[in-house]
Amino acid sequence: MTALDMSVRIGSLVMPNPLMAASGCFGYGLEYEDVVDLSTLGGVVSKGLFLAERQGHKPERIAETPAGMLNAIGLQGIGVHRFISEKLPLLRARRARTIVNICGTTLDEYVEVARILSDAEGVDALEINISCPNIKEGGIQFGCSLDGTFGVVSAIRKVTSLPIIPKLTPNVTSPASFARAAEDAGADAISLVNTFLAMAIDVEQRKPKLSNVVGGLSGPAIRPIAVRMVWECRQEVKIPIVGMGGIMDHRDVLEFMIAGANAVQVGTANFVDPFIWRKLLDGLTDYMQRHQITRLADIVGALDTTSPAKAHA
Amino acid sequence: MTRTTPSGFCRHDILSPVPPVDVRATVISNVRLSRDYNVLTIAAPEVGALTEPGQFVMLKTTDASDPMLRRPFSVFEVLRDDLGTVRAISILNKRAGRTTGLLYGLEAGDPVWCLGPLGLPFNPPSSGEAWMVAGGVGLAPFATLAEALVALQVPTTLFYGARTADELYYLEFFDRLGVKLVLTTEDGGAGVKGRVTGPLEESLKGLGGPNLVTVYACGPEPMLAAVARLAERYGQPSEVSMERTMGCGLGGCYSCVVPVKHADGQTRYVRSCIGGPVFDGATVVWE
Repeated sequence: MTALDMSVRIGSLVMPNPLMAASGCFGYGLEYEDVVDLSTLGGVVSKGLFLAERQGHKPERIAETPAGMLNAIGLQGIGVHRFISEKLPLLRARRARTIVNICGTTLDEYVEVARILSDAEGVDALEINISCPNIKEGGIQFGCSLDGTFGVVSAIRKVTSLPIIPKLTPNVTSPASFARAAEDAGADAISLVNTFLAMAIDVEQRKPKLSNVVGGLSGPAIRPIAVRMVWECRQEVKIPIVGMGGIMDHRDVLEFMIAGANAVQVGTANFVDPFIWRKLLDGLTDYMQRHQITRLADIVGALDTTSPAKAHA
Repeated sequence: MTRTTPSGFCRHDILSPVPPVDVRATVISNVRLSRDYNVLTIAAPEVGALTEPGQFVMLKTTDASDPMLRRPFSVFEVLRDDLGTVRAISILNKRAGRTTGLLYGLEAGDPVWCLGPLGLPFNPPSSGEAWMVAGGVGLAPFATLAEALVALQVPTTLFYGARTADELYYLEFFDRLGVKLVLTTEDGGAGVKGRVTGPLEESLKGLGGPNLVTVYACGPEPMLAAVARLAERYGQPSEVSMERTMGCGLGGCYSCVVPVKHADGQTRYVRSCIGGPVFDGATVVWE
C-alpha cells in the first residue's frame, strides 16, 4: 500500500508528523529520552527561556481540577546561554527537531534571545511566548494587545530567518484577531492555545491551591474551547496553525486538525502517559488507513459544517 | 551506566537510569491497617524487579480524565516468591486526598496504572551504621531500604514515630530482619512519648564522633528539617526523602521542586522527581 505521509512544513521546519511536545510539559526534551525516541516526534518545544536563569514560583505550583490542572510554575528555566551549551548539542545528537520557546520581560529581551538562538547550531524554529498567564513581567502584556503582538513578532522577524511561531493566549475575546496581527507581522505559523487563567481554592483552609493564587488551566477541560479558537483562527489566517489544548488521544489530534490545525502540541497528557507518542502515531495511522487518506495534511480544515454529525449515545 | 543489582544499592552518579515502565497492574490484595492506612499490593513485577530502595511509582486508578494525574508513592515492599522471583510491589497508603482515597477503596482484581520505578534511590552508608527515621506514612521507603542494608550487613536502627500505638505498622517485619526499633508515639501509648526526634537526638549525642552513622529520614517536612539539622549538628550525614505535589514524575512539569543549596553557594529549585526524592539533608534549604 501507499506510504502514509504525515509530514508538516512550517517554513524551513519540516516535521515527519504533526505531533509536537508542548513547551513547559516536556522539560528540555532530554528528560524523556529514556521513554521516547525524540527523533520520532514532529518536534520538541523547549521550556520557555529568558536571557537569564529563572527560579520560578514557590510551590505549590500545580493543582488538579476536574479533567484538568492548574499550573503556575513561573517559567523556571536555565536561560538561553546554558540551553545552548548544555542542552542543544544533546538534542542535535538525538536528531530532535528543536523548537525553542522564547520569553522576554521587554521587547529588547525577546529580540536578544531570538538573535542569540539564530546564531546557535541546531535550532529549528522559535516559538514566541507572549501568552504565559503566570508571570507579571513580560509575555502576556504583548499577547493581550494587538499592537504588542504585532510589535514583538515584527521585531523578532527582523533578526532571524528561523521559522517563528507566536504562541497565542486564549485569555482575549478574539484570538483570531491576534492570529491576524501575528501573520501580518511576518509569523511563519501561530500556536494556540496557551493556558486559561484560572484559580482553585481549598475551602477548608480558605487558601488558594497555588502559591501564585492564579494559574493556567490545561487538560481536556479546555479542549472544546481550544478547538473553537483554532477553527476561528483558521478562517482568519493562511499560515500554519499549531493547535493544542487537552489532547489526550489521537482522536483529539484529529479534532484539532479538522478544525484547521496543521500540527498539534501535546502537553498535559504527557504527564499522565509519557508513552503516549507511539499510541498517537498508531492511532493516526489506523485512522488514515480506515479513511484511505495518504496525506494527513488533507484533513486540515476539512470540517464540513453543512450539517451536524449524526449523534451517537 | 553504573548499577548494582536491583534492590541492592545504586549510585547517584548514574548517567542513565533504567527507563521506567508503565503497567496496567491488578490489585492482588488491599489490607486496610486502620481507617486511614492501607497496604495495597499490585502485580507489577516489571516495576518491582527494577526498583531500588527509595524509588517511587506514579499511580492512578482510572484511565479516564478525572482524576487525571497520577500520584507519587514510595515503593513499600518488593515481593518475591519462594524462588526469589519478583511477583509484586506494595505501597503504604494514607488516605488524604482523592487518589489516596480511591487507592484505599480498591479491591483485589481492580486495575491500577503504575509507572516506575522513578527517582534517585538512597545511597548506601559510607561507613558505620544506618539509622532510619520514619514519621507516620514516612515508613514507606524503609522496608526495601532495611532489606538492602541488612543484606550488606549494615547495623540498622529504625526510629519510628506515630500519633498512637495503633499507627505503628510492620514492627514484626523490621524486627524479623534484625532491625533495632526505637518507637515513639505522641500520646505515649507505645515507646517514648513525644516526637521521634527526641530519642534520635539522644542517640546522636551518645556517638563518639562524626561520620559514624548515616541518617535516612522520611516523614512530614518539619520532621525532615529537624532530622537534617540534628544530623548536621552531630556531624553525621543524612539523606531525606521529600514529598512534593508531583505532576509527571519524569522531570517534565517542574511542579515538585525543592530548594537546594548548590556548590556555587546559590540556592536553586531542583525537581524532586529526577533530582530526588532522596536529597542530601545538608543541602536542602528548609522553609
